Formats: sequence, C-alpha cells, structure tokens
Amino acid sequence: MIEATRRRNRYSANLLTYAVLVAIALMTVLPFVWMFFTSLHERNAQLPTMGNLFTPEGWHFENYLYVLTFGELPVWRFAVNSVIVTAGVVVFQLVLCSLAAYGFARLRFPGRDLIFLAFLLTMMVPAQVLIVPLFALVHNLRWLDSYWGLIIPYPYLSTAFGTFLLRQFFLTVPRSLDDAARLDGCGDAGILWHVILPSSKPALATVGAFAFIWTWTDFYWPLLASSSTTMRTLEVGLSVFSDAYGGTRWPLQMSAAVIVLVPALLFFLIMQRFFVRGIARTGLKG
Amino acid sequence: MKRSHRINWRGYLFLAPATIYLTVFSVVPILLAGYMSLHRWHLLKPDRPYIGLDNYKALFANPFFINAIRNSFVYVLASVPLGVITALAVALLVVRPLRGVGVFRTLFYVPAVCSQVAMAMVWIWILMPEQGLINYAVGLMNEALAGLGLAHLGSIPTSTNFLNEPGWAMAALVVMSLWIGLGPRMIIFVAGLQSIPQQLYEAASLDGCTGRRRFWHITLPQLAPTTLFVTVTTTIAAFQLFTPVYMMTKGGPQRTTDVVLYHIYKEAWQKFELGMASAQSYVLLAMIVVIAAIQLWVLRRGLTTEEAR
Repeated sequence: MIEATRRRNRYSANLLTYAVLVAIALMTVLPFVWMFFTSLHERNAQLPTMGNLFTPEGWHFENYLYVLTFGELPVWRFAVNSVIVTAGVVVFQLVLCSLAAYGFARLRFPGRDLIFLAFLLTMMVPAQVLIVPLFALVHNLRWLDSYWGLIIPYPYLSTAFGTFLLRQFFLTVPRSLDDAARLDGCGDAGILWHVILPSSKPALATVGAFAFIWTWTDFYWPLLASSSTTMRTLEVGLSVFSDAYGGTRWPLQMSAAVIVLVPALLFFLIMQRFFVRGIARTGLKG
Repeated sequence: MKRSHRINWRGYLFLAPATIYLTVFSVVPILLAGYMSLHRWHLLKPDRPYIGLDNYKALFANPFFINAIRNSFVYVLASVPLGVITALAVALLVVRPLRGVGVFRTLFYVPAVCSQVAMAMVWIWILMPEQGLINYAVGLMNEALAGLGLAHLGSIPTSTNFLNEPGWAMAALVVMSLWIGLGPRMIIFVAGLQSIPQQLYEAASLDGCTGRRRFWHITLPQLAPTTLFVTVTTTIAAFQLFTPVYMMTKGGPQRTTDVVLYHIYKEAWQKFELGMASAQSYVLLAMIVVIAAIQLWVLRRGLTTEEAR
C-alpha cells in the first residue's frame, strides 16, 4: 500500500516537473518561432500578431535573398566580416593560449607561478571598463576601422581564461608521452605540437567554442572599432538595420535577425557538450 | 626523468606572446584609464591639460551620473537575486533523472548564445502596445473574462507601452535578463548539485530528514560555493548592462534606464569626453570590486556559520 502511494506521489511529482519545464520551454521558444514566421511575411506587410502569424498571405522566403543582396545595407558583407573576425580571434586566442599553457604546465622557470597568478588577476577586470582607454590605444595604433582593430585587441576575450583551461587540461596529459617524444628528438615546440595538442582536442574545442560565441555575438567593441558600413560585423550591422527601418518592415528585420542567429545556433548545437564542459570545469558564464 | 626538474629558460619564450598581449591590451589600458581620468581629454582636441581630480569632483556633482549609479543599483538589486533564485529552481528540476531532461537543459541555454541585438529586437515586439505578445495575451484574457460573463470586473488595458513607461521600462529589462541569463547560471548550479556527495542524503534519510528539510540542511549549505560564484559573476555582468539599453530604451523614459555603462558610452562617444568617461569607468570598476568583495565576505561568513551549526 505504502509503496503504491509513494510511487503515485513520485509519478505526480514527475508530471509536475515536466509541466513546469514545458512551460519554460514554451517561453524560451516562442520568441524564436515568432521571429522565424514574421520573417516570412510580405516585406511591407503590417506587423503580424499572434492571430495571423502562422497564416501570412503567401510565404516570402525571398525576403532572405532580398536582405542579403538587394537590401539597403550590405548584409553579405557584414557576414563576411563576422566570419573573418571570428575566425581570426579564435585562431589567435588558441595559439596564444596553448603556448602559454604549455609553459605553465610543463616548464620550470623562476617566477612562473607569480606570472600565472597575474594572468588570473586580469580575468577579474571587467572588459567594459577597458573600452575607453583601449579605444584611445587602438586609435593611436591607427587600427580603427580595420580587421586588425576588430581582431587583435579583442577585449572581451579573456586570454587568461583560455590559458587557465588549457593548462589544467595539459596537466592531465601523461608526462611519459613527452619523454618518449624527447627520445625521438622532439624539442618543446615539437612536444606541444605532436603530443600535447593532439591529446587535448576537447579542451581546445572548449576554448575555441567560447571564443567563437563571444566574438560572434559581441556588440560594444565592434560598434566602436568600426565606423564605415563595409567594416561592420553582423551584430553591429543588425542594429544599424533596425535603426534604418525605424521599427517598420519587421519581416525584413526578422530575416536579418535569423541570418545572424542561425550560424551561432548551429554552432552551439554541434558544440554544446564543450560549452557545458567548460562551464562545469571553470564555473564560467557563457 | 630528471629533465623536468631543471630550470628551462625557454619557458619565458612560450609565455612571451600571451604576456605581452595581456600587458598591452589589459594592463596598459587600466593604467591609461587612470592617466586619462586626470586630464581634460577630448577625443578631437589636441591639448589635453592635466586637471587633477577635477573629473571625479565633477562627476559626483553631476545629478545625471548619480542617477545612472542609482539605476544600475536598482537593476542589480532586482535582477541578481531573481536571476540566481530562478536559475537554482530550474536547476533543481533539470538535475532530476528524468527522460528528456537534457533537451530542456540545451533549450534553456539557447538565448545566452544568441545575438543580443536580435534578442533586443524580439523583446521590443514582446513589450509593444496592442500587437506585442504581453498585451496580446492580456487582450485574450480580457476576452475570456468577458466570455465567462465576468466583464463587469473590468478589463486590463492592452495599450501599455512597457518601454515608454517610467515604472515599467526597468522592470522589462530585468525580466529580459532572467530570460537571457537562465541557461548558463542553471548549468553552473547543475554542476554544483551533481557534485554533492550522495552519502549525505542517505545519512540524512536514516535520520528521518527528508523533503524540504533535506533542501535547507544539505543541498543549500553544500551548494554555498556555487551560489557564491553565480551571485558574484551575475552581479559583475549586471553592472555591465549595455546592449538592451542601447537597443530598446536609449536610457529613457525620463532617464529611468540610464545605467552607468550606457552613461559612459554617451559621455565618450556622443560628447567625446574620454577623460571624464575614464573617470566614470574607474568609479564603475571601484563599485564592482567593492560589491564583489562584500558579497564574498557576507556569503562566506554565511557559509562558515552554516557549517558550525
């Protein structure tokens, strides 16, 4: 009897849990559903309501083509810029972080732990506070409105975070592998390249995944570092796009928004376990 | 092997790129901000005279900057506790061993990896008068009430322009922050919950400690370091609110959403007063550091008294 009641209680508790989760899921998904269906309405149509959202007068997939090519703003160019900047930041960060992480994890030299501490301290400074002086610095380097300015001083990306995460992972790679490589005539660079990096793919993927999402979705820095329309990234271009239409032509605005979202969403779905791993390891927010 | 115990000078070579990078783009800017804040530094004017602490004196006498500080505090005090509590509540649900729970975890994370600009555009629609999601739902509710013959209770107006009402705009930004930030905070809590030793619960159930008391006496104290971490990082992020304000309210209505970072943005890139903006950045940095330190101190004390009990 007691067992049956307990089972019934647990069953209803599970049901309640699912009900709450489904409710939150609906709240999460609904804005995206609205975004997608709005993007398919006729481009000069009134803002759809929930009433006619799913029943537009015709499905206008050509909005996407219009936004990408014939729109008043060169969205395809924004997309190319975003890809170049994001790829640049990811590669740049991975190279810097793996080199430093190897030094911290494998080599012994005076002041190593002090420098490591200094690295961690730079993580504590909020990136937004650095923006004004960084702008002055990049201005003096004549890097404004160039890929250099968009990629190199990337203030949001914490090199320290990547170095920390990679160092922790490198420490778990068995040292016997290093020694074997050394006997084969490898130097430190060779060990890093042929032994450590191939065994650290998950950690590299985690650092790269965060770098990708942070860069792709960043707004404040590219807003300041680019001034000409042709140097805008998608994220900044999208805000200009919404300003240009001043709250009208929602179908086109939403087509542009979907174009910005889809690459990041696909990337997240493919790489999600690396995000979860990174957060669980370091407790870092995405 | 003895080799690894010898001093390897090449270590500096491996550290050099990242160290130089961090020095130039992180340490130098911090010092540069301090230097700039002591000068009348206009972006377009070549002479930048030293003026001591005048910028700091001026900003504390500026009612609009004081107002921005107050707005930031309102936002932090509302969004951080709500954000932490909702994330913990949802984490407690998705940590249960139920089928399909992984799908929910992934789903709830999605807004956090999305373009903030696109999210702001969608929320402008959600908060719109008449056609917006909330007002549309209110309209449906009114109709339902009327249909049930309860029309005499009156109907709620569907014309509320949430982003244009001084009382509502800040509340709207807080609700939006809960929606966007849920996923990452939840995942950290899930990791914290999963690391609580199962034996503690077994021992407690032998002592007849179940249900709600289990949560207050085991889960919450064991989770204290995680809660501390989530609270501090959420606070730091909340002080740096920018994109939604830039996209949705421009600091309005009546400066009720003019938070510190947005104020700095206007100071630097509408008035070009980089010196003043640097001084304001230093004040923001000081605020963040002090608040984070207080949180660490208070929550850590809470943690140790909990253990002493």
